[in-house]
Amino acid sequence: MDKILRVNMNDLTTTVEEVPTEWAGLGGRALTSTIVAKEVPPTCHALGPNNKLVFAPGLLSGTAASNSGRLSAGAKSPLTGGIKESNVGGTAAQMFARLRINALIIEGMPKGDGWFSLRINKDGVSIQEESGLLGLGNFAVIDALQSLLGKKTGVMAIGPAGEMKLTSANISVKDPSGKIRSHGRGGLGAVMGSKRIKFISIDDEGAPGIQIAEPEKFKAASRIFTKALMDHPVSGQGLPTYGTNVLVNILHEAGGLPTRNFTYGQFDGHEQISGETMHETIVARGGKPRHGCHAGCVIQCSQVYNDKDGQYLTSGFEYETIWGLGANCLIKELDDIAQADNVMDDLGIDSIETAVAFGVAMEAGILPWGDGKEVVRILRDEIGKGTALGRVIGSGAGAVGRTYGVTRVPVVKNQAIPAYDPRSVKGIGITYCTSPMGADHTAGYTIATNILNVGGQVDPLKKDGQIELSRNLQIATAAIDSTGMCIFIAFPALDIPECLPALIDMLNARFGATLTGDDVVGLGKTILKTERAFNLAAGMTNADDRLPEFFNSDPVAPHQAVWDFTNEEIDAFWNF
Amino acid sequence: MEPIHVTIKLFAHFRDGRFKEAEHQFAPGVDCRQIILGLGFRLGEMGIVMVNGQHAPLDYQLNERDTLALFPLVGGG
Ligand code: SF4
Repeated sequence: MDKILRVNMNDLTTTVEEVPTEWAGLGGRALTSTIVAKEVPPTCHALGPNNKLVFAPGLLSGTAASNSGRLSAGAKSPLTGGIKESNVGGTAAQMFARLRINALIIEGMPKGDGWFSLRINKDGVSIQEESGLLGLGNFAVIDALQSLLGKKTGVMAIGPAGEMKLTSANISVKDPSGKIRSHGRGGLGAVMGSKRIKFISIDDEGAPGIQIAEPEKFKAASRIFTKALMDHPVSGQGLPTYGTNVLVNILHEAGGLPTRNFTYGQFDGHEQISGETMHETIVARGGKPRHGCHAGCVIQCSQVYNDKDGQYLTSGFEYETIWGLGANCLIKELDDIAQADNVMDDLGIDSIETAVAFGVAMEAGILPWGDGKEVVRILRDEIGKGTALGRVIGSGAGAVGRTYGVTRVPVVKNQAIPAYDPRSVKGIGITYCTSPMGADHTAGYTIATNILNVGGQVDPLKKDGQIELSRNLQIATAAIDSTGMCIFIAFPALDIPECLPALIDMLNARFGATLTGDDVVGLGKTILKTERAFNLAAGMTNADDRLPEFFNSDPVAPHQAVWDFTNEEIDAFWNF
Repeated sequence: MEPIHVTIKLFAHFRDGRFKEAEHQFAPGVDCRQIILGLGFRLGEMGIVMVNGQHAPLDYQLNERDTLALFPLVGGG
């Protein structure tokens, strides 16, 4: 039986429920957003008893489909005050799927000060009191749980940042190497911390496994899909070789690499932190240039980055993190950024929000521009120990700006703007403005078409076609986020005609359904509208769909571009 | 006629066995296509062609002190 696990922290009870018919065809983001919209009062306090934390594997998670192992987490976001979905690789989604758990819903809040953990297995979910692992970082938690419960155990945990309910706190998920992937954005780790759950362990021993309605059809479609992923130059070659960080040099060249807290569009240290340099460094130090964040990933954009002595420093070292501390904070040493990435993983804190917060902190004069060692110190000794300064920075870019009176604060809906300057890459600005998630590049990745010439070409410096581009991508992304697919399948999906039909064929073969392309688009639209309706009911208005005003007034070099969309033009995004 | 000076930047695996950045001289009127072919690339390998930080078509004619940046088809996010 497919089931929903429900955990009530008010009275420490758990139940196993049948999946209601209206949720039966939903997975991933479609399911988390539907549940949050239905069950969470939009005006509740995100860290109060009325918020709920929902996890759901994608529709294809647990199957043999390539790149289908993403897990969605959803709740009302303490960072944005709106609805949030954040998805992640790691091993948990596939375990959920094999256990036939469509969703885990955590509600309420315990009385007293005690902490708890959840254990999931074939019999359901149980609640334990927890004290031994409190205060520990994610790496120690995972190590301890692996010795206690075995190497294969799945782990979803919060670090000290989540325990402190910092609004940048993420939920960390164990990856196949025993390291960490993160539900990074929107402070979902704080929601888990507010329910005083330190970790969730998963044991899929004796799991019933996935049932495929039409196995032969599934296999055939899966083969075509995987071939498309391997054939496309981005997913087949570029990502596995250079990782996402290949973008540093491209965005620098295009003048869209936000530098010195979004003052300039180019960074003179770009070569030192580029994907090309990173690739050479990884190879020279015996790291791994390619690595999958979950079993079944054939793209493998991730990597293992070693230090000078050949010892593990970090993995899943992403463009956004490297940009954020690199160009945006003027740090030129990749090793310092890698060290910071490792500490952020251990503390359980979003590396985008935190990097942008450091940029604002440097603008405020709290630490010097480009001082990577001081960034690592502040992470460890201030955020890690919960000092006042640490809590301010750990509460995100908006909080730093408000506390120190900085006006150049790159956030939308209080969530930090990542990695692409919206003045010189205008399509992504529309995504930042309109996504119900707050500024989020993954919500509708127009960089593909604005900069990378994937899925056609739309001039990044002009307004023409950007609204439509962002809308189409946001609709498609909402649907992809529901399948459990990694967003990077979008590169082949945009360019290779067989790719998307094969994905739909897999869905149909998995469930014995008869979905068409239109149904999938319809699903994407419904998800976006559901999320937007939640935000409006939470008190947001069209005025929240805006970039900070400095983007209108301060031109960004080298193209001297400004953000020049009118409010009416932006609002037209929602005409669908 | 005086030759024009163009800075050429290569990225990702385009650098393998070639160079990162170099200044070349060309006859006036040279376009992106001619330079790309002259460097031994196939047109089908080109992901992004930028002149002075803006996407340029293959028949774009370069001017003195232009910068031509060539990327294979790569991506991230
Ligand atoms: S391509 Fe990268 S993000 Fe996507 S599943 Fe593979 S390792 Fe994870």
